[in-house]
Amino acid sequence: MPKTKTYKEINRKLKSGDAVVLTAEEVSELAKKLSPEEIVEKVDVVTTATFGAMCSSGAIINFGHADPPIRMEKIRLNGVPCYEGWAAVDSYIGAAACNPDNPSYGGAHVIQDLLEGKDVVLEAWGKGTDDYPRKHIKTKININTVNEFTLFNPRNAYQNYNVAVNTAKRILHTYMGTLLPNLRNATYSTSGELSPLINDPEMKTIGIGTRIFLGGAQGFVVWPGTQFHTSRPKNEYGVPVTNAATLAVIGNLKEMSPEYLQAAYYEKYGTSMFIGVGIPIPVLNADIAKRVSINNSQIESHVVDFGIVGEPKVGQVTFEQLQSGSITVNGKKIRTAPVASLAKARKIAGELKEWLLNGEFEVSKPVQLFPTNTSLKSLKETEVDND
Amino acid sequence: MTKKRYILNFPPESGDKAFTYYLVKDYDLRINILKAEVYPGKRGSLLLELEGKKENIEKGVEYIRNSKVTCESLDKRIRWNEEKCINCGNCTAVCFANALTMDRTNWTLAFDKNKCVVCELCIAACPLHLFEIDFR
Repeated sequence: MPKTKTYKEINRKLKSGDAVVLTAEEVSELAKKLSPEEIVEKVDVVTTATFGAMCSSGAIINFGHADPPIRMEKIRLNGVPCYEGWAAVDSYIGAAACNPDNPSYGGAHVIQDLLEGKDVVLEAWGKGTDDYPRKHIKTKININTVNEFTLFNPRNAYQNYNVAVNTAKRILHTYMGTLLPNLRNATYSTSGELSPLINDPEMKTIGIGTRIFLGGAQGFVVWPGTQFHTSRPKNEYGVPVTNAATLAVIGNLKEMSPEYLQAAYYEKYGTSMFIGVGIPIPVLNADIAKRVSINNSQIESHVVDFGIVGEPKVGQVTFEQLQSGSITVNGKKIRTAPVASLAKARKIAGELKEWLLNGEFEVSKPVQLFPTNTSLKSLKETEVDND
Repeated sequence: MTKKRYILNFPPESGDKAFTYYLVKDYDLRINILKAEVYPGKRGSLLLELEGKKENIEKGVEYIRNSKVTCESLDKRIRWNEEKCINCGNCTAVCFANALTMDRTNWTLAFDKNKCVVCELCIAACPLHLFEIDFR
């Protein structure tokens, strides 16, 4: 009878201090000597992590009511526009939001300033109603004055990501960094064998309700992320070779740390935010043990050309090749550079491991698994009636 | 023999002196001009690599300074806010001088300022804006 474990058994071991927790890198190393069946026997939980720029991130904020109250119909935080289509003093500030006159300071920077305890200027306007008579307010807020301050990211932790190159003759400023002309560099994201959704490619343990490490605090997976795509081509190890599944995640920003969230500005592109995500994978059976054993030589990504509209595929490389410092594209050897922090991802995987070993963190069975066989629609333009 | 890089800033009145000639002739220094910007009638900036005996480099630098030209070691003109660095690697993508590289064991950023050619691409490439270079 092959060995299987339940969430309950693993949590009991975590609580009693008998559990064995390894990072995904450590288990990949262990897998060189042990079979998946032996790994199920030896290892209970594997921690995965990533720390990359994830534009679809932001914060829900409730400012509290002033006296007299205002129905905020246009809202600015340090000049950055926030969403105003909710109830009177509820808002959402997206990491990529910015005032076009000051493009290098965006929503991500406002979130970071609040997180670091700094004062931020709130200015809001309303038309004035019978119950919310006020028409304008300008005041300072900080992390302690607001009610809720919740990180809610509709798309994080992409399962794999394309490698970017540029065959055009001019330099390109992109969210994948600065791409030099004529194939002079290649940039890659994800944390390879440490990456959450690469270690559970069919999402058998990661689903709605999964407890995760988010920005230094406990958070949750709440939904498949936007652009969730499970029908991408996979390699022989079952790993998608291009951008595939994603996660929508949520957590309390008041418990998070600036160590694991970082505002960013990409020249001539805009603002974004580095998000620290860590996900524990319970080793329930040999199939999961085999998945978490994946190593960088078995993870492949498409190389796409940002220099041509449509970003055509120009190659496919392994994560091991990317980490070696150079890859070959169109017969040319080109330098590689990461754009996500593996050092930080390792720190997160290590911290999550500590939390698990200290009994501060439980593995949770998803309330519901994600849909399968999903794909993406593109935006088809149709003629608009002008009547 | 040692090798060191310096940034020279010329005031308008010093723009017509043939410094490099005297550095070679009088101090026996091997000179490599890595970057130069001249604004006629105003000022100019030069990135020089000086190679030679340590005492000759020191004497050469003194000669430049005595000629009312600022001459400062390159590493003093480059600032990298290491404390705030998240080691993402974006800057290494553009640094073809290989001054900025990733340490492939712990994946942290290594910065060898002596290899910098002041192309300044890292300034914009860093999403946290942690680099500053005073060249001009």
